[in-house]
Amino acid sequence: MASPDLSPANSGPHSNTVLRTESLSVFYGDSQALSDITIAIPQNQITALIGPSGCGKSTLLRCFNRMNDLIAGLRIEGQIWFHEHDLMDSAVDVVAVRRRIGMVFQKPNPFPKSIYNNIAWGAKINGFLGDMDELVERCLRRAALWDEVKDKLDKSGEQLSGGQQQRLCIARTLAVEPEVILMDEPCSALDPISTAAVEDLMEDLKADYTIVIVTHNMQQARRVSDMTACLMLDANVSQGRRVGVVAEFSPTDKLFTNPTDPRTEAYITGRIG
Amino acid sequence: MSVKSLNKPANWSSADPHFRPNRRRRAIMDPLFRWVCFFATFLGVVFLGTVLGAVFLRVLYPAGAGAKSGIPLGERFSDACALLRRLVVNKPGIEASEVGYRVGLVGSAWLLLFVILIAVPVGVGAALYLEEYTGKSRWKTLVQTNIANLAGVPSIVYGLLGLTLFQRGLGFKSLALGPCVLAGSLTLSLLILPVIVIATQEALRAVPQSLRLAALALGATRWQMIRDHLLPTAAPGILTGTILGVSRAIGETAPLLMVGAAASLLKVTRGPLDRYTALPVEIFYNAKEPDESFSTVAAGGILLLLCLLLTMNFFAIWIRQRTSKRPGLAGSMRTKRGG
Ligand SMILES: Nc1ncnc2c1ncn2[C@@H]1O[C@H](COP(=O)(O)OP(=O)(O)O)[C@@H](O)[C@H]1O
Ligand SMILES: [Mg+2]
Repeated sequence: MASPDLSPANSGPHSNTVLRTESLSVFYGDSQALSDITIAIPQNQITALIGPSGCGKSTLLRCFNRMNDLIAGLRIEGQIWFHEHDLMDSAVDVVAVRRRIGMVFQKPNPFPKSIYNNIAWGAKINGFLGDMDELVERCLRRAALWDEVKDKLDKSGEQLSGGQQQRLCIARTLAVEPEVILMDEPCSALDPISTAAVEDLMEDLKADYTIVIVTHNMQQARRVSDMTACLMLDANVSQGRRVGVVAEFSPTDKLFTNPTDPRTEAYITGRIG
Repeated sequence: MSVKSLNKPANWSSADPHFRPNRRRRAIMDPLFRWVCFFATFLGVVFLGTVLGAVFLRVLYPAGAGAKSGIPLGERFSDACALLRRLVVNKPGIEASEVGYRVGLVGSAWLLLFVILIAVPVGVGAALYLEEYTGKSRWKTLVQTNIANLAGVPSIVYGLLGLTLFQRGLGFKSLALGPCVLAGSLTLSLLILPVIVIATQEALRAVPQSLRLAALALGATRWQMIRDHLLPTAAPGILTGTILGVSRAIGETAPLLMVGAAASLLKVTRGPLDRYTALPVEIFYNAKEPDESFSTVAAGGILLLLCLLLTMNFFAIWIRQRTSKRPGLAGSMRTKRGG
């Protein structure tokens, strides 16, 4: 099989679904972290993954851009689809996948380079042909950071505040023109004002990108997301050990006001977690 | 418990059945250990000082024929400087008053050049492979243990290896390099390879994982990530380790005696396939001369060699100190603590 084209142009019947997992199970060596996950991430919406810590939210998120490849001993069963492409297919080019599906990490991790080069690097290595100055400005504007940094583009990205660094990381991701942005607790290291800035930014980016955000902050999930998946640790019958499952996946409003799953209700009302 | 009872150790053992603080023994052991450590340090410093002092004295007070006596110290210093200058410029000869280390210095420079060209790419490449391309596996552990052990193999063994492998080409005439600069450089490169590999691995391990993830998540290949982020960030550590390794190679004598460094060479080395000798080798042969006046020549050579090595080591320390103050690195440490 030739390397599949990952462009959105040939999206198939699931044109509203960007990412989809089917009976996905993930194992770290012998211990299972996720079991039988089946969810569909809708296009141009914000999907939140919530759940108690250790239930496998980050593990699931990393499945979507194959960052799990970097973890030795990790094994995946089941399917992950990006549009109609099987992401687990051995012919898939992970480099191409990660460009189309960007990622923002929990701890802001700008490159120890200038602000300008933080943005330009990803574009450069992916063979960007256009005007780099224009791209840098556009990405920084889109990430609502331009006004704060336009006079110090040659300063190190590490000299910015935590909130600015995180927006720089988002801007850096935008520069390679992804379709999906995965965010793993992007605000957990930020103060409330920076958090609000990032949340506003997500709301604004929704028009052009599909966003999946992991958060342990239920208010945040409620504020920003359209869909919410609540993961839970479930006693696994065969292993006698608790593994992550999706307890409920529904529109955010419904999940928080009228949860169908008793575990979800217990979690969002603060009785588990 | 009142303060007063705290001052009465005698009461303690009777009052407290669970502890025997044994304060008297601890009060002796603590300063004792401190003094043991101090003497350990002191001993090293004393020996280093003695060696340096002996070398300086030998240069200042030459022995053997032509040695002057009863001249002022200032004149001795200018004599010593003249001696060192002559040692740098002159070639070997019969008379102790005329010989110099020019051929050895040039030979050492050639070795330095080729050791850097060979050992640095191979060592850094091996470290990159082990750290960045292999996961945790039995095979990696095996290689890792081997490298650590290689670092402890006596240099004469490397000399023997170089003799069979490079100089004699395992007996194949077409592979044999003969006693030339290249054979010596290859041997010394093997010798310091473990040092460079281990130093580079340490430097790579110090690079935060978040930097790798950031680059890869943007759709970078491993090589792009290594080239633009890992190597620049790890460069100071790699450079420091490399300089220390190379300076060790420059000071080595034993392996070179095996791979054809000449005892006394009159022709200055002009290329990688020329015959050669090295500064420490010439020092070795001068020191063995029965004529006492040669001991001054040997001491002068040692002084030259020490200057060379100390310069390299200071350079390594300077790089390390300069980069530990770099704002970029300090910044990353700050975020590490904050997160
Ligand atoms: N690199 C790893 N190696 C082994 N086990 C891991 C690794 N990362 C996570 N796990 C395990 O997988 C489970 C899910 O972890 P994670 O996805 O980080 O949870 P969350 O993000 O929801 O807090 C946990 O039990 C954790 O211990
Ligand atoms: Mg997590």
